[in-house]
Amino acid sequence: MQNLGINVFLKGRNMIRLFEGLMVTARIALIAIIIGSLLGIVLGVVWTSKSKWIRSVCRIYLEMFRIIPILVWLFIMYFGVTTVLNIDLSGEFVSIIVFTLWGAAEMGDIVRGALESLPKHQIESGKAIGLSFWGLYRYILIPQAVRRMLPGAINLATRMVKTTSLVVLIGVIDVIKVGQQIIETSRIEVPTASFWVYGFLFILYFVICYPLSVLSRRLENKWNG
Amino acid sequence: MNLNWQFIIDSLPLYREAAWTTLKLGFWGILFSLMIGFICSIVLYFKVKVLKTIVHIYIELSRNTPLLIQLFFLYFGLTKVGIALTETACAIIGLSFLGGSYMAEAFRSGFEAVSKTQIESGLSIGLSKTQLVRYVVLPQAFSVSIPSIGANCIFLLKETSIVGAIAVVDLMNVTKDLIGMYYQTLEALLMLVVIYLVMILPLSLILTWLERKVRYAEFGN
Repeated sequence: MQNLGINVFLKGRNMIRLFEGLMVTARIALIAIIIGSLLGIVLGVVWTSKSKWIRSVCRIYLEMFRIIPILVWLFIMYFGVTTVLNIDLSGEFVSIIVFTLWGAAEMGDIVRGALESLPKHQIESGKAIGLSFWGLYRYILIPQAVRRMLPGAINLATRMVKTTSLVVLIGVIDVIKVGQQIIETSRIEVPTASFWVYGFLFILYFVICYPLSVLSRRLENKWNG
Repeated sequence: MNLNWQFIIDSLPLYREAAWTTLKLGFWGILFSLMIGFICSIVLYFKVKVLKTIVHIYIELSRNTPLLIQLFFLYFGLTKVGIALTETACAIIGLSFLGGSYMAEAFRSGFEAVSKTQIESGLSIGLSKTQLVRYVVLPQAFSVSIPSIGANCIFLLKETSIVGAIAVVDLMNVTKDLIGMYYQTLEALLMLVVIYLVMILPLSLILTWLERKVRYAEFGN
């Protein structure tokens, strides 16, 4: 290995550019996680409805994301929806939409699971002391459900962060794309650049996701143990 | 919104070929994942020294990094340091590397579900350690793990959609090519979605059915 390829990161503005790319990835992930979680909570509450119709619609919505790969959804939105509606959407916008819808579906399932796992007498007692619908959720159900759903929700966030890596495939200039550009420009000087850059990206994603999964596991052991 | 049906019929052979590739990759990926997962979970179950640490590190690395980066590293990174793999080999290695840890987790939860009294009873009737595993632990653990193993199979089959990024001619790649070359966007996407539905929906339904069956088989219900 001639003159350590790891120097590729120190050339020019490479480190700063990678950081900028990371910010694009982070922006997509953060917006999608926040909006997706909020929508998911609403969906989860609606899902506990007794109406068979509402439950089926929610279930179908979730299964659509469980059966069709996320990359296919990105393609549908990026190529399909734009063609049908004859509009132009940026890759980043499409990514945020797809990840938000997916996050909402998965989060809805987690919230539903948490709400349904609460003992029935909690609802009945709440009603018996005269709480309204909002009061019931605000003071009785949500605080208890949060404990049960938080490990799953953090796990979902980890999955979403990992899946943001796909946005490069619909042309978003994310951290991976920047890495590829660096590989391209330093092809002559540093032939081993792709080894180092992809190795770096591997570690980078690990450093972001690992703490999240440790946190999720800790909470699970603490609250369910 | 008029669909060009002739185009759909013409491109059918391409999609059939690609679907076949996807299924093949999925099959090998799942098979190796099961093997890796099983070995890892055995190592963890018997708490084998040193190996246990290696397995832990492997599981964390594999679970906390995206498949796309793993594939890029295998395909573009390793060639630069002298390890040249074909794209199919990379895809299978990548899928197995990812799936192994998920399968290990599925098996582990199965092992954990076997209650202590079962093992103690086995020991008290004089079973050796291997017999205990073979006749008492595995059958029970397996039935508990089946739903998560099934879910992982679906997960891996879906993940194969990513291997198009390293030049494997899979469904995504064919779709992208057709969109790029002929601008038959909707037709190409429709085929893509239909094929994924045809492949994964039955699996998903079987899994739901299996889950219900297995729940009756659980010990103590």
